[in-house]
Amino acid sequence: MKILITGISGATGRIVAMKLLEAGHEVVGIDRRSWPEAPEGLEMHRVDIRSRPAEDVFRTTRPQVVVHMATVTHLVARSEDRYRINLGGTRAVFEHAARYGVEHVVFAGRHTYYGAGPDTPLYHTEDEPPMAMTTFPELADLVAADLYAGSALWRLPEITTTVLRMVYTLGPTGHGTLASFVRGPWVPMVIGFDPLFQFMHERDVARAIELSVRTRLRGVYNVAGPQPVPLSVLIRQTGRRAFWVPEFAFRGAMGRFGLPKLPPGALSHVKHPVVVDDAAFRKATGYEHSVDEVEAMRQYREAFPVVSR
Amino acid sequence: MSLFVSPEVKGRIERLEIPWNRFGVDRYGVSKKHLALGFTAIEPFYRHYFSVKALGVEHVPRHGRCMLVGNHSGGIAIDGAMVIASMFFAKEPPRLAQGMIEKFLNRMPFASMLSSRFGQLTGLPEHAERLLEDERLLMVFPEGAKGTAKLYKDRYSLVRFGTGFVRLAMKTKSPIVPFAFLGGGAAFPTVANAELLGRLVGAPYVPIVPYLVPVPLPVRLEVEYGEPIYFEGTGAESDSVISGYVEEVRTAIATMIERGRERREDFASRTLANLSEGEKRVIGRAVSLEPEPGHGHARATDREGGAS
Repeated sequence: MKILITGISGATGRIVAMKLLEAGHEVVGIDRRSWPEAPEGLEMHRVDIRSRPAEDVFRTTRPQVVVHMATVTHLVARSEDRYRINLGGTRAVFEHAARYGVEHVVFAGRHTYYGAGPDTPLYHTEDEPPMAMTTFPELADLVAADLYAGSALWRLPEITTTVLRMVYTLGPTGHGTLASFVRGPWVPMVIGFDPLFQFMHERDVARAIELSVRTRLRGVYNVAGPQPVPLSVLIRQTGRRAFWVPEFAFRGAMGRFGLPKLPPGALSHVKHPVVVDDAAFRKATGYEHSVDEVEAMRQYREAFPVVSR
Repeated sequence: MSLFVSPEVKGRIERLEIPWNRFGVDRYGVSKKHLALGFTAIEPFYRHYFSVKALGVEHVPRHGRCMLVGNHSGGIAIDGAMVIASMFFAKEPPRLAQGMIEKFLNRMPFASMLSSRFGQLTGLPEHAERLLEDERLLMVFPEGAKGTAKLYKDRYSLVRFGTGFVRLAMKTKSPIVPFAFLGGGAAFPTVANAELLGRLVGAPYVPIVPYLVPVPLPVRLEVEYGEPIYFEGTGAESDSVISGYVEEVRTAIATMIERGRERREDFASRTLANLSEGEKRVIGRAVSLEPEPGHGHARATDREGGAS
């Protein structure tokens, strides 16, 4: 099959591309960023997904499947850009897909869609609405992109749409929201809170996407890996140390003392868990994660050891 | 860590039928290490301070989903803690009872973290259903926060029951084991509930006791488990059907409370008969908390008659 991947030059995009090539597919990539050591046989287009040349890629290559991974978080882009990329980009993908006969679109979304709060349940199921928009406005564009992609299920019935709400990734590329959060030697924790964190190895992200393509999955699905672990365990197992901050001082401490910079809304995600139930996805695709939590944390630790001074 | 954990607790933790990961944490964040410390801390209270008497623990199934449903007794969570302790210390093999805690606790530092490590999840229907589907032992107090707010004089009464628990039991096909908890009202004799103070600390209210340091008194506590009750159905029945079932559970609990109360009063009068005059005077002063004689024997049921 011919598969177009948007955001292919990102760490996860590359792994997904390799996995799909390995599975015998023809892969076309779109990204603003370059991928110098892209493998042979991969057709790479350095264009912005929202630009006219991107439409031409759809027109000339005529992919059967699109894997849309060109979304960004608050870590990468400021809010206005983010809205343009996440919403404008997602809209462009679906419009081009409808116009140029794409059969299947896979939207790689995030499990933070559900939001974290003191009264949100563990193990969210796909039918739940997003609940943390008010406390974490930096997530609003991703939530909107998720719902917009989901609306393709009824707007564009001729296209099979898969919306995946994937948990954090953790592995040797060190890419992703969680990996960036625990990158430094000290990881901030709010005194008296130790939420569960759910993550999966990047190899399993690729597996899940490949399976979605293979099974022509239709609908909205949570995707997770091994069982979640408390933040304190994650910090210890990745060789970091917890930096305990009282809640009132949390905002002020972020970005100082070698701690990561976080938007104010992220506080709720350091206090409360976002944990999803991926039983439906496992049942529909036969997916099983291949890397457990111990191994994922070990690989991250080895790829990003803490330099002792 | 192991220095502070009693060997018995350690052995019992190992026998809990909970799937742990390699860090000794289960999928809900329950932690073996925290359970070990928690049960070691609670053991002297369970065995000596309150010398809890647990009756009928054999009615609780050894494995699989089950809902423990009982009355609130005492203004702070002694009842829940001692039910959990009785399932851990008196049940063979031990089981971890998992309660549904008040939402406000999850906003508080430490309370939020510890409740999760001990398996006490926020009181949400999603949590209750998931735990039962996962073959856990769920502990439910259908009286809710109004039940913990009961004053000393109402300690043998039941307030209005919610109905959600019966629907959930039917939907998940879980047996309901009713239990009666006695003595919590005497151990922590609430004379008033301060709502304003509660608002200041982020709780619905703060119970006030008639002595200076608000710690529970060393009163003998009892928990009696009754025979399991099964309801056939889907849980989608009309309210009129469900409320009949709720009443059945409520009556089972009220009957056990009444029986336990007579037992306790018997015990008290026998003990009083053997006391010296001086001891009687001291106790008389403490017992002046008792309600007016006429009120004392109101039946355990029907404090809020509109409940059914």
